[in-house]
Amino acid sequence: MVTEMKDYTPNIEVQKENILNVNNLEIFYGEKRAVNGISMDIEENTITALIGPSGCGKSTFLRSINRMNDLIPGAFAKGEIIYEGLNILSNNINVGALRKEIGMVFQKPNPFPKSIYENITHALKFSGLKKKSQLNEIVEESLTKAALWDEVKDRLHESALSLSGGQQQRLCIARTIAMKPTVMLLDEPSSALDPISNAKVEELIVELKNDYSIVIVTHNMQQASRISDKTAFFLNGDLVEFDQTEKIFTNPSVKKTEEYISGRFG
Amino acid sequence: MTYFRGVIFFMEKLVPAKERLLKSQKNWMNGEVRGKIIVFICAIIMISATIAITIFLGTKGLQSFIKNGVSLIEFLTGKQWNPSDQAKPQYGALPFIFGSFTVTFLAALIAAPLGIGGAIFMTEIAPSWGRKILQPVIELLVGIPSVVYGFIGLTVLVPFIRVHFGGLGFSLLSGMIVLSIMILPTITTIATDAMSSLPKTLREGSYALGATRWQTIRKVLIPAAIPSLLTAIVLGMARAFGEALAVQMVIGNVKTMPHSILDASGTLTTIITLNMGYTTFGSPENNILWSMGLLLLIMSFAFILLIRYLSSRRKI
Amino acid sequence: MNAKVADRVATGVFIVIAFIIVSVLIGLFSFILYHGFQHVSLKFLTTPSSNMSAGGGIRDQLFNSFYVLFITMLITVPLGVGGGVYMAEYARPGRITNIIRSCIEVLASLPSIVIGLFGLLMFVTLTGWGYTILGGALALTVFNLPVMVRVTEDAIHSVPRDLKEASLALGITHWHTIKTILLPSAFPTILTGGILAAGRVFGEAAALLFTAGLSTPRLDYTDWNPFSQISPLNIFRPAETLAVHIWSINTQGLIPDVDAVSNGSAAVLILSVLLFNLLARWIGSLIHKKVTATK
Repeated sequence: MVTEMKDYTPNIEVQKENILNVNNLEIFYGEKRAVNGISMDIEENTITALIGPSGCGKSTFLRSINRMNDLIPGAFAKGEIIYEGLNILSNNINVGALRKEIGMVFQKPNPFPKSIYENITHALKFSGLKKKSQLNEIVEESLTKAALWDEVKDRLHESALSLSGGQQQRLCIARTIAMKPTVMLLDEPSSALDPISNAKVEELIVELKNDYSIVIVTHNMQQASRISDKTAFFLNGDLVEFDQTEKIFTNPSVKKTEEYISGRFG
Repeated sequence: MTYFRGVIFFMEKLVPAKERLLKSQKNWMNGEVRGKIIVFICAIIMISATIAITIFLGTKGLQSFIKNGVSLIEFLTGKQWNPSDQAKPQYGALPFIFGSFTVTFLAALIAAPLGIGGAIFMTEIAPSWGRKILQPVIELLVGIPSVVYGFIGLTVLVPFIRVHFGGLGFSLLSGMIVLSIMILPTITTIATDAMSSLPKTLREGSYALGATRWQTIRKVLIPAAIPSLLTAIVLGMARAFGEALAVQMVIGNVKTMPHSILDASGTLTTIITLNMGYTTFGSPENNILWSMGLLLLIMSFAFILLIRYLSSRRKI
Repeated sequence: MNAKVADRVATGVFIVIAFIIVSVLIGLFSFILYHGFQHVSLKFLTTPSSNMSAGGGIRDQLFNSFYVLFITMLITVPLGVGGGVYMAEYARPGRITNIIRSCIEVLASLPSIVIGLFGLLMFVTLTGWGYTILGGALALTVFNLPVMVRVTEDAIHSVPRDLKEASLALGITHWHTIKTILLPSAFPTILTGGILAAGRVFGEAAALLFTAGLSTPRLDYTDWNPFSQISPLNIFRPAETLAVHIWSINTQGLIPDVDAVSNGSAAVLILSVLLFNLLARWIGSLIHKKVTATK
């Protein structure tokens, strides 16, 4: 699959390394199996889109990559997700440290009810960064990268809840960027936003690709085709097809994929 | 890559993945464990308080039967109460048990229709303005201390009953009125929650069939909410059963069985409050009071079981 | 036709019921405040009470009420908030959680006289302290703890889940998330609930009869040494609170002006509870506005 890539995406010259290897991953909610033994490799500095109808397991899969499923009572995973040579599903993983490197942005903007500045510094302070000058620098840098700096630089100490929905979501992205993650997981990050904010967030995601490996769950087919490099199609807990986005959207090899993309179900 | 990388993070990435990402001994020393210990201690304190209360009152309450040889049958069914008699002490607590139950039921008889009626008024008749007025009223009624209810009963209700109904005024009737006002807010609050948690579709379905509001309330809403409404009444009764000072101030505190609603009476709680301070700790006449305390404890367990049973039957 | 008439009658009945409830409250309040304020004066509030003669005040009882409340809240708030956090965040569904829940339910529904009896055994007899403020406060803790636990648990549950997820997704530990995100967000609700609980504690009498006692030693308000016998701050002295005072002068008191003193005390008690109520609403909405940044 990796070798094929060159043919379909001419803008990528070098072969990218895999940042995550998913091997035979199964996820259960109690008795119910939500993800049925999937295997896939996530490449570095790539946007990987996960698509599929509601309840197909794509969000469950996404949330397992930084162990957010730990919060759901009764949820557990089998198989492995290899990151930096370690299976992140294993019990001896320090989940807090893992989540610093594999950040997540949620569907609904969820800024803390604190000031814009504190939203960014909250997690930094927790990881031991106390120096004011350093904090200031990271706040500016991450807000700039999230394309929010110009809009909020004069009101950093106002409540984050006074921002618009789109701004809040970009603040949430900035907050994640500030932790300098390697992988960013985005769970339908723009579905709750208006079209203009949506466009801004999309633009931002493409921009972020240069520094991070991005996995994005989306319901929006156009969004997947616009921004992603690779696309994975999920159905009923199975990974039906995983390939270059262009191929998935123009010439899918599985019939179900084609049916879904052309809007025949889902 | 011109952007700034925090020194600490940069350093972190140089550390091998194993040391960064695996749990280490250090993690056990951080706030997470300390926090867990703190909240765990709080939980343990609650459990031990409950166990301590049960054990302490249990052992103390059984003393009169074990050590003083009082017969349980006499305690529960005897009508003669004379524990301080040197020659032939009598421990019949039936008048007080009867008083407690009677005054509780009578209070519920008044408070239940009023409370449920108030709840229906707030949820069905006038959901907007009615609730705005009645809700704070109920909250203020909850806040009035029981001694204040007792005091008003003593200075207003007792003379009023004496003048208009005869008798001493200190009576089951006074106790029941004071208690019914005290438990009214409990019943109203829970009944309101029950009524407002009924699904909207129930009402719409009934109205769509052409039923009037009263028919909807009587035939659809009340039957659907009945387990919760009963829970409300039982909780009110539990409160009435355990109330001590307000009742004690108006009920007359006699040792005999009441024969009419205008007769003075006594309850388990009133006899405990009155005599606990005047009997020697450890003496038979003191121990029997602890047995009554144990009876109160058992009754409150019984009320809890009843409430559990009712909520298990809740359909919605 | 018949159904319509029944409907009208029923509506009328419900309105009458609502009217009765409202008038009971208005009647109670106007009675207490009208009769009470004839006796409440600065002198009444600052004179010590009298056992035999007329003209006594409620200085010590008033102080005791607030002091017992203060000590009680000092014990209850940390324990209750801790327990609430445990129930909301750490308790996993299972047997132990069910046991703890049952314990809270039992503690919450115990009659206050039973708690008073337990206090008499545990904090008066067993410890050998006799009637003390501390014993009273501990008994009140038993009765107030489940309330605070529930208030905290509900308050934490009402914080949006997203916030917790956001914090955890940034690699912050659970406990730090609780400390810096959940508790601050839940604070207004906890505070409001706490103040309302304080109102209940303030008016409680039955649990204090056998724990804090029916008397107050002669106090010297210039003595601030909490270990001194005559200091009002000594927590190992007996203390009759305002609510207990109303009960005791009415049932076993010898003073000739019982009605005057009780009316005045009841008015002060009611007014304090009213004040707690208003304070809770006011502070609650104030903080809510500040936190959510709505103007």
